[in-house]
Formats: sequence, C-alpha cells, structure tokens
Amino acid sequence: MDQLVRADSRRPAGLGRFGEYGGRFVPESLVPACEEVERAFAEAWADPVFHAELHHLLSVYVGRPTPLTPAVRLSAELGITLLLKREDLTHTGSHKINNVLGQALLARRMGKRRLIAETGAGQHGVATATAGALLGLDVTVFMGERDIERQELNVFRMKMLGAEVVPVTAGSRTLKDATSEAFRHWVTVVDDSYYCLGSALGPHPYPWMVRQFQRVIGDEARAQCAGRLSAATPDFVVACVGGGSNAAGTFAGFLDTPARLIGVEAAGGAAIGAGRPGVLHGFRSRVLQDEHGQITEAHSISAGLDYPGVGPEHAYLAETGRATYVTADDAEVVAATHRLARSEGILCALESAHAVAWVLRAAQDGTIPQGSTVVLTLSGRGDKDMATLMELS
Amino acid sequence: MLVPYVTAGATGDWTDLLRAAVDAGADAIEVGLPFSDPTMDGPVIQQASYQALCRGTTVAGVFDEVSRLDLGVPLIAFTYANLVLNRGADAFCSALRDAGMSGLLAPDLPIDEAGPVSAAAERHGVDVVLLASPSTPPARRAEIAKRSQGFVYAVSVMAPTGEQASLRSPGRELVMSLKQHTDLPVVLGFGISGAEQAAAACEYADGVAIGSAVMRRVLAGESPAEIGAMLAGIRRAISLGRA
Repeated sequence: MDQLVRADSRRPAGLGRFGEYGGRFVPESLVPACEEVERAFAEAWADPVFHAELHHLLSVYVGRPTPLTPAVRLSAELGITLLLKREDLTHTGSHKINNVLGQALLARRMGKRRLIAETGAGQHGVATATAGALLGLDVTVFMGERDIERQELNVFRMKMLGAEVVPVTAGSRTLKDATSEAFRHWVTVVDDSYYCLGSALGPHPYPWMVRQFQRVIGDEARAQCAGRLSAATPDFVVACVGGGSNAAGTFAGFLDTPARLIGVEAAGGAAIGAGRPGVLHGFRSRVLQDEHGQITEAHSISAGLDYPGVGPEHAYLAETGRATYVTADDAEVVAATHRLARSEGILCALESAHAVAWVLRAAQDGTIPQGSTVVLTLSGRGDKDMATLMELS
Repeated sequence: MLVPYVTAGATGDWTDLLRAAVDAGADAIEVGLPFSDPTMDGPVIQQASYQALCRGTTVAGVFDEVSRLDLGVPLIAFTYANLVLNRGADAFCSALRDAGMSGLLAPDLPIDEAGPVSAAAERHGVDVVLLASPSTPPARRAEIAKRSQGFVYAVSVMAPTGEQASLRSPGRELVMSLKQHTDLPVVLGFGISGAEQAAAACEYADGVAIGSAVMRRVLAGESPAEIGAMLAGIRRAISLGRA
C-alpha cells in the first residue's frame, strides 16, 4: 500500500489550480498559514517516515485495507457485477478518518497543539475528535445548530472523545455557516492551531492534500479489482459527491484507466449540476448561488451533502469530461438505502446511498449496460441516519 | 484620515448615514456590499449584512442608489470576491465607476489572486485597496504596499472585523513597516472602537477605518444624526491628537 499511496498524481498547477478552479481566496491574515500547511504537506508527502507512520495507523487503527465486497444479490437482480468499496468498515465508520489521520499527523509534525474542524453530518467531526484523542491534540469542532439537532448521536460521540463542539447560529445554521465560522476562528488562533478541513475543497493546498490522503480508497480498489476482474479495471466507478473527498480519492485510483467515473450529487445540492463558477470558503469552483452572487442553501436529506459548493477538482473533471456528475433525489436515496439493507445486509450512510440510487436507476434504464462491472464507494455507515429514517418510516 | 464603514442596505436610511459621515468629517467611506458568507467579518458586520440581504439589497440596487448621491468624498466598495466575479471583474468595475465609486476592497482577494480584478479596475479607473496583516511577512508587506492604490489597509489584529478592548502592538509595527514602502496613506482598521483608540492609532497611522463600532450602533437603532455625532467626536479626537 505504501508504494500505491505515494504514487504521485497531478499536483495542481500554480496556486492550486485545476484548470480555472481552485486557488487561494482567503483573507491576507490566513495566507501565511496556508503557505505553511502547503510547505509542510509537500515535505511530509515526500518523506518515507511520514508515510510509514500513516500506513501503520491506517493498518492497525483504521482497519485498512477495507474490503471490496461483491453485492451478490443486487448484482444478480441488476445483471451487473457490483463491487462495494467498504469505507463504512473503517474505524469511526466513514472514509473521513483517512484524511483526518493524515492531517492530524501533519499538524503534530508542524508543532500544532490543537485541531479546528467543521462538520455537517458529524462524520468529519467524529473522525477529527478521534484523531485528536489518539495523538493528544485538543479538538474544537464547529457545527451548525440545525445539524446538531439532526445529528445528536455524532455530537455525543465527539464530546465523548473529548472534543469541544461549538454551535453555529448564523445563516442557515448548517455546514456552510460552520465552515465560515471555523475560518474566522482560525484567524484568531493560527499560531498554535491547525485547520483540519474535511473535504477536498477550501484554499490551496487543501483540495490537493485531502485528495492525496483519500486516494488510498481508489488505489486499494484498483489493486483489488486487478486481482478479481478479467478486464483488470471496472467499467464504472461511482461515488457520492458533497464536497467530494471520497469521490476524489476513489477517482484518483482510476483516472488513467478507461473506467467511466460517475459522481452522484444530491438533487437539492448539486453544485456541478446546478451551480455556476464562483468563490466560496477560499476556493473557486462551481457554487450554488442566485443571480446576484449570493450563496444559496443546498437541500438534502443527508447533512453531509448539504453544502453549496464542490471541490475544485470535480468542477475541472466535469468540465474536461473525464468524470460525469449526476443527481439522486431524497426519495430514491431512501429507497436505495432500504434496498441495499435488504439485499446485502448493509446499512449505508444516506450520502453513500446517493451512489447506490444512481446505480439502481442506471442499471434499470440501460445507462449501465448488462454485464458491466461497477465499483461503488460506500463512504460511510448509516448508524447516524437511523433517526432520520425512523421519522420517515 | 477618518474612513467609516457602512453596510449598504442594512437600514432604509443607510444613504443618510453616508451623508452624516461626510458632515462629520469623513475623508472616505467604505460602502459594504453585503455578501451571504462573509468569512472575514465578525458578528456585527455579519448581522448587518444579513439584515441588508433580508431587506432585498443587491449590488445593482446599491450602485443605483449611490449613483444618485453627490457626497464629495471617495466611496470604496468593501465586499467579497464572489460578488465581483459574479458579474465579471470588468463589468463590476465598470458599474462601480459608473455609480461614482472610486475604490474596491475585497478581503478574500489577496495579492496572489487579485491580478485579473486589479487589471480590470485599472481599465476603469478604480483603485484596488489591498490589506496587510500582522501575519504578513516583510517581503509580502512591501509588495502589498507597492501594489495597493488609494491607501493601504493595515489590519490591526489577527481577528475578524470587530471592536477590541484595546489597541494591540502588532498594528503599530505593521503600519510602521508598511510606511517604509509607500507614500500612500496607511489606514489602520479592525478593532477601532472609539475616539480614544482612533486618536492613539493616528499617532502612527495616517488614518483609521471604523466599521463594527458604527454598525453596532446602527443595528441598535441609532439615527444617522447620532452616528454623525459619534463620528464627529472621533474626528475631533484625531485632529486634537494630531495638533
């Protein structure tokens, strides 16, 4: 795995540019902090000692490699070979831990004592609280009041792990407002605190760095496919997209293959499908906004996809046509969650169910031809969403 | 220099605040174009922006209102990159100039990203005011001082906009270092809450920008006349300090 993790992949040009997207649109006060993170990450990524420690933790703490599970009954029903990349089986129950452990190790290497994070569904907050506890770093997590209400269990988990959870009452009281507040707070504590960003977005170097920490998903999946599929690589690689970290990591493993890359956004939060180029939270990408340039709220049954922007690499992959971005609506996501649970015995996160919903639809309407092989990243497990699903049933 | 900040559209009489500021001796005014996600603003300006957006304030509407004023002091738009790029930098700067405004200040457009906007601004005769921060390293301070237009904005504290109980030493050090690289005025902002602090700041800075202290009073319901009286007090303190 070490060799695969270190395999280089397209460092963004200039100041973190993916085509016209990316960049570093931050207040002057934060420019030196971003530069410090960039230097530290570039050095760490080139350091075998850093990789050895990360690899060790991913193996003995996170439980990597995660399996590639054949969805046997669904495959038979759909007439395809569906393989599930099981990030739901990682410690803390989602792919977020891959990135957070990498960034927490980086923070410690930089001499920082504290991690700041923002969270929507709570998975990134739980992962950050976990890494902080493991490495002896203080953790402060900003979370919108509405998300705190929706994700009571994860809030409790974060507190159990010793993190401070700060409710954000501004604006829509969701992830975008928590992110703004985390940025404001970072300005005031930049000397001793590290901003641990949860998705492949934000100012350079975060989109690049988060993708590199998450590419373990795609690299593992590709190696696992090579031993299992006659064609070595699948026909389709599918992942849900909010900010897009699990998709960025998954796609990174397959960019140089003929596999069709499909990102599935929430219908009410489709920054690629319904957004326009814009600047939010330090980066230029596709962003949901009104005609006047004001950022609009995303709506999704899944708090993790409730963000009006998308990582700049996804905007670039969409523009260049290397990846295709589609949507799934709340109703089909709930139906897909139930179908996966009944068919395979897996309760996945509502975020991941977006990818499942698209595969179900695409296999049925022929977009995925019969006999195709499909790798789908299950980014997280669904425990956190049970209250939402109980309300609906 | 006295440079008050007013969030456009936060109240129905916001243009009266501009007139009151001019009557109180403002040398220039920052006109805040409200943005939904202001990452550099503290709670007061956030609330003012939110209130303005709830009242239906738009960039086009603000430009229209400002174009009908004749205040006799430079008006500088204080806003965020997305509102500039939403129209396109050229169209935005052209409209800004047509409205009679002469400057643009966007805290999330650091020098590394400001190039295209600066070029458009230059084509339309708009000054781009750049910010420097206590965390800005020396070489970068020099570049900011050289590339800024109109004045240089020195951020006094490592914090979002907002009032501070006392002035911090980083502001003084920053101002002094910027002045080594420019003949433009260096204006200190972020954290100035009243006359005493403004006078103290103007012992080393060429002026002060005052935002949250103004908008806190506006949000509390103070009239343009009351805001004008507050600014006049600051003006007097600056002038006496300078005498």
